[in-house]
Amino acid sequence: MSTKKIIITDPSLRDGSHACSHQITEEQLLAYAKSADETGVDYIEVGHGNGLGASSLQLGENLIEEKRMLQLARSVIHKSKLSVHVMPGFATIEREIRQAMDIGVDLFRVASHCTEADITMRHINYIRAQGKEVWGILMMTHLATKEVLLEEAQKMQSYGAKAIVLMDSAGAFLPADVESKIGHLSQHLVVPVGFHAHNNMGLSVANSLTAINAGASIVDATACGFGAGAGNTPIELLAAAMFQLKLDSNLDLYKVLETSDLARVLFAKNLPFSNSTTVVSGITGIFSGFAKIVERVSKELKVDPKDVFFELGRRKVIGGQEDLILEVASELSKKNN
Amino acid sequence: MQRKLRTAIIGTGNIGTDLLVKITRSEYLECVLCAGRNLNSPGMKKASGMNIPVSPNSIDAIIQSAGDIDLVFDATSAQDHYTNSKIFRELGLIAIDLTPSRVGKMCIPAVNMQDCLEEDNLNMVTCGGQASIPLAYAIASVNKEIEYIETISSIASRSAGPATRINLDEYLQTTEMGIKSFSNADRSKAILNLNPAVPCVDMQTTVLAKIANPDLVGTKEAILKMVAKLQTYIPGYELIVEPMIENGRLAVMVRVRGLGDYLPSFAGNLDIINCAAIAAAEAFAKKRAQA
Repeated sequence: MSTKKIIITDPSLRDGSHACSHQITEEQLLAYAKSADETGVDYIEVGHGNGLGASSLQLGENLIEEKRMLQLARSVIHKSKLSVHVMPGFATIEREIRQAMDIGVDLFRVASHCTEADITMRHINYIRAQGKEVWGILMMTHLATKEVLLEEAQKMQSYGAKAIVLMDSAGAFLPADVESKIGHLSQHLVVPVGFHAHNNMGLSVANSLTAINAGASIVDATACGFGAGAGNTPIELLAAAMFQLKLDSNLDLYKVLETSDLARVLFAKNLPFSNSTTVVSGITGIFSGFAKIVERVSKELKVDPKDVFFELGRRKVIGGQEDLILEVASELSKKNN
Repeated sequence: MQRKLRTAIIGTGNIGTDLLVKITRSEYLECVLCAGRNLNSPGMKKASGMNIPVSPNSIDAIIQSAGDIDLVFDATSAQDHYTNSKIFRELGLIAIDLTPSRVGKMCIPAVNMQDCLEEDNLNMVTCGGQASIPLAYAIASVNKEIEYIETISSIASRSAGPATRINLDEYLQTTEMGIKSFSNADRSKAILNLNPAVPCVDMQTTVLAKIANPDLVGTKEAILKMVAKLQTYIPGYELIVEPMIENGRLAVMVRVRGLGDYLPSFAGNLDIINCAAIAAAEAFAKKRAQA
């Protein structure tokens, strides 16, 4: 395995937002951010599950408004850098990005669906021009070939992204997919490559290690996997495996373990776990953020959430199309009656 | 019968060319000029093939022929429309603006056509605005005090050209402003998704609202009436989820299929704004006929 230092990004307070339907409290945010700031993690990402400006009826509204969330995080994060997720189509430069800059966010991770990188051009250009750090994020990357992913990543690189992260937003990757896609990008991109896993098939740690082996130098991981659907790569397990493999990072294993113990208490009611819904979500390749909404709507309309996932999979829905859950469930409910 | 209203199109991309096909079908409109920049573009070739006068001189061609034109459809860009709009006004031409410039009054034919007929510049908002604002207006007509209203549109990636992709922020701002002002909601939000699925997905638009004590029966009646009115000028507009309350939200969903005139039928987003622009131009033509 490689000898370079691996950058670790912790989006527990962003992806974890999905796990509790965007109801992270001020106490949880402050306690977790303070503790994570001591672990040596390079970046701590905060905000709504779908990033800046995504608090909505479509996806669920934030308990704490975005501005306050970022201000609170900024007040306790000193050693790590503060990061946000930005999806054009939800977030605008004038409203959300400027506000986040004023609050002092360090890193902007500008994301698009894996084939739509050109919608990030203006946002990446703007952030670069303001002298802030900006990365490009491709989501739902199980839906595109490695060649297409490289083309899209190269667009983001040309706009000024300083790193490219592939997200397995649906938890649909097998280790061979990681090796092929991350390997291809690592070979051909000038900027560092990262990987963000979901644990729908119990492969998040294995996939993250495979990514490192294939050339990734950035890995996303969250405390106890606190994230959408079946959760992300648990940072305490990744840290342990990296310790055994003597992979270098800034993580302090003890502090990571203690922070995860704290997270287990703090987020006890909403920690992700595997069940039939998350498994079906993974094999149908649906955005992990759909899980909670599918469960709620299926219960209300008395339909099988597994049927909803298979129909959503057939329609090739992407992150942001959560309104289709309602349409699909309504249709299934009509058919059943 | 009076002569048809003489219209010109400036900007001969997808929108402009599709408009041309729709104009030639109208009983009230004729196209006397297609002005663009490149005579070899597919749109220009299509226009020439239909024996429509074309010019590569863009706004100068409009200025030159102003005496023979009553109304101009501007299918250029927001930036260009800021300049063009002043020229149209000096020339005494009515302008129907298909860019998100927000220079003129926002026009949703099913909602405020009568209030627009004294204006000389109408802004057709956005595709998502044409799909969602009539629903928001119908919801507001029976529910007082909408705390918050939101609209989400998903469109096929292939129907989103370079201008749409670069102008996502303007799309969101213009759509949010439109849905808020037509529903008198306290707050509003717009979301746009580009879905690359093949075969291409149809345009789908959802309106979600937070209302203290929603009148679901009244809302359903108002929505059905509005959808029927919209279908008179947007044949591909279809209600797919009737108003329902879910998790404290009022939700309603529509699908828009295009007519497949110049653009494929999945491009309902491009079709709907053009159908609205034609309806607005025809309203001017009918008004003149009555004068």
